[in-house]
Amino acid sequence: MERRVVFSGWVCPAVLLTPQLLVTIVFFFWPAGQAVLQSLRGGDAFGLATRFVGTDNFSRLFADPDYLASFGITAFFSFAVALLALAPGLLLAVMADRVVKGAAFYKTVLLMPYAIAPAIAGVLWMFLFNPTIGVLAAGLRAGGIEWNYLLDGYQAMGLVILAAAWKQISYNFLFFLAGLQAIPLSLIEASAIDGASPRRRFWTIIFPLLAPTSFFLIVVNIVYAFFDTFGVIHNVTQGGPAKATEILVYKVWYDGIVGLDLGGSAAQSVVLMAIVIGLTAVQFRFIERRVHYA
Amino acid sequence: MVTARRSAWVPHAVLIAGLMLVLFPIYVAFVASSHELSDILEAPMSLVPGSHLVANFAEALTAGTAKTSGVPVTAMLLNSLVMALVIAAGKILISLPSAYAVVFFRFPLRRVCFWAIFVTLMLPVEVRIIPTYKIVADLSLIDTYGGLTLPLVASATATLLFRQFFLTIPDELVEAAKIDGAGPWRFLIDTVIPLSRTNIAALFVILFIYGWNQYLWPLLVTNSPRMTTIVIGIRQMIGNGDTQTEWHIVMATALLAIMPPVLVVLLMQRWFVRGLVEAEK
Repeated sequence: MERRVVFSGWVCPAVLLTPQLLVTIVFFFWPAGQAVLQSLRGGDAFGLATRFVGTDNFSRLFADPDYLASFGITAFFSFAVALLALAPGLLLAVMADRVVKGAAFYKTVLLMPYAIAPAIAGVLWMFLFNPTIGVLAAGLRAGGIEWNYLLDGYQAMGLVILAAAWKQISYNFLFFLAGLQAIPLSLIEASAIDGASPRRRFWTIIFPLLAPTSFFLIVVNIVYAFFDTFGVIHNVTQGGPAKATEILVYKVWYDGIVGLDLGGSAAQSVVLMAIVIGLTAVQFRFIERRVHYA
Repeated sequence: MVTARRSAWVPHAVLIAGLMLVLFPIYVAFVASSHELSDILEAPMSLVPGSHLVANFAEALTAGTAKTSGVPVTAMLLNSLVMALVIAAGKILISLPSAYAVVFFRFPLRRVCFWAIFVTLMLPVEVRIIPTYKIVADLSLIDTYGGLTLPLVASATATLLFRQFFLTIPDELVEAAKIDGAGPWRFLIDTVIPLSRTNIAALFVILFIYGWNQYLWPLLVTNSPRMTTIVIGIRQMIGNGDTQTEWHIVMATALLAIMPPVLVVLLMQRWFVRGLVEAEK
């Protein structure tokens, strides 16, 4: 889309663009370029010099069982977070769309977790499930479950998934609700007149019409689980126990900052960049589709 | 009407279950922040609020915990506030002019400039942390507000939103301004900025929350306890086994960390909802 009527000259736009271009070049293109260069270099044993090693860092990366395991962990984690954040978001949105009384109140409260940092969400859930003092951990133990997420990798995974998904329900609720309210009432009324039950109306009319929103949200939720959940992992499990919750973003940070393997960490950054670009491309395809159908 | 039929209580029951899911962790944090540590350690803790709410919040705000080298939460709140405000205002201040330039002018390299800015959308700071850290260190911005905020300002979300909005401004307005002899600066200040007011408010809410809730970047770029933000500070308050975590203070701090962004969302809900749904389109 372009404007017909515009101003002329190039000095004025240059002045207007300079601040953003400057910040973008210094804090974006420069480091992104460095990441790519760094990923092709390796240090000697003493860390005194680096040399060009080509794709060594990448082949080392993909030969590393820990890295491949981290890929699997991230895939499972993202899928679980997306599912656990989307399903309640949709259910609550459908219900909020049906009520008249109290709708504004429900909406306001359900929006609250959006404002809470993932790291803080992690702290809240970690307190509930603390093996010695957690209120919910006590409940689990009373139910005969041997709960200690500090020792059991599956329990640790469950806890970080829960904390990460809890925070994201708000976002999905909001978008599903906006999507539901955009569906013309006449369609739903027509099918009601034809005798379709509420359940049937949902699955045959409403759910298909929500498909663009759902696809969009799936991508957003996966991106969220990939990148924004660092704070949850760092607070709750530190990637443990025994690397059971070491997702890719956590590993980039750990290998680079704690392990000081700059080349390997930069190679991981480059792989992550490729993943984000891929996900963004998928997202754009769906946005195109949505525009097409609208 | 198709709504309001037989089982009107089902939606309410589901929504109330949703509210409980949302509020339960916050409520437990509130209860914990009103007890003494010994009450919390006597597991399971009572779910009825205790009588130490004011004392615990006062201790958090003025003294913090022993583990955070005595940095009071007030200082962390201030750091978080500066970071959130600078990121929100900074993004708006640099992206409104650049979106204006891209939409209302034709000049060489316009597309290149647009794509150069737009591509930053694709790579969140999380994937380029170490090289960005190195550059910030080279510019000696470690432990400064500049280092804390500038790399997060370099992103195109706001630019894109302003661009979309500017494209909807009718050509007639531009023509009228031109006929009246107004130049690009006058048009920007007298017409475009006043028209963008609600968009600016919406963006401000989203960017404030984004800035306030940052975790990975502040963790890297601040070493000195005096620069700690509250979201980072909480992690440092939680022990790793050798000493007892002061959970009553930690939970008071968690609530203090939650309050400002939650208040912003609640008070500015209308703009926030609109801005969020628009920003992601």
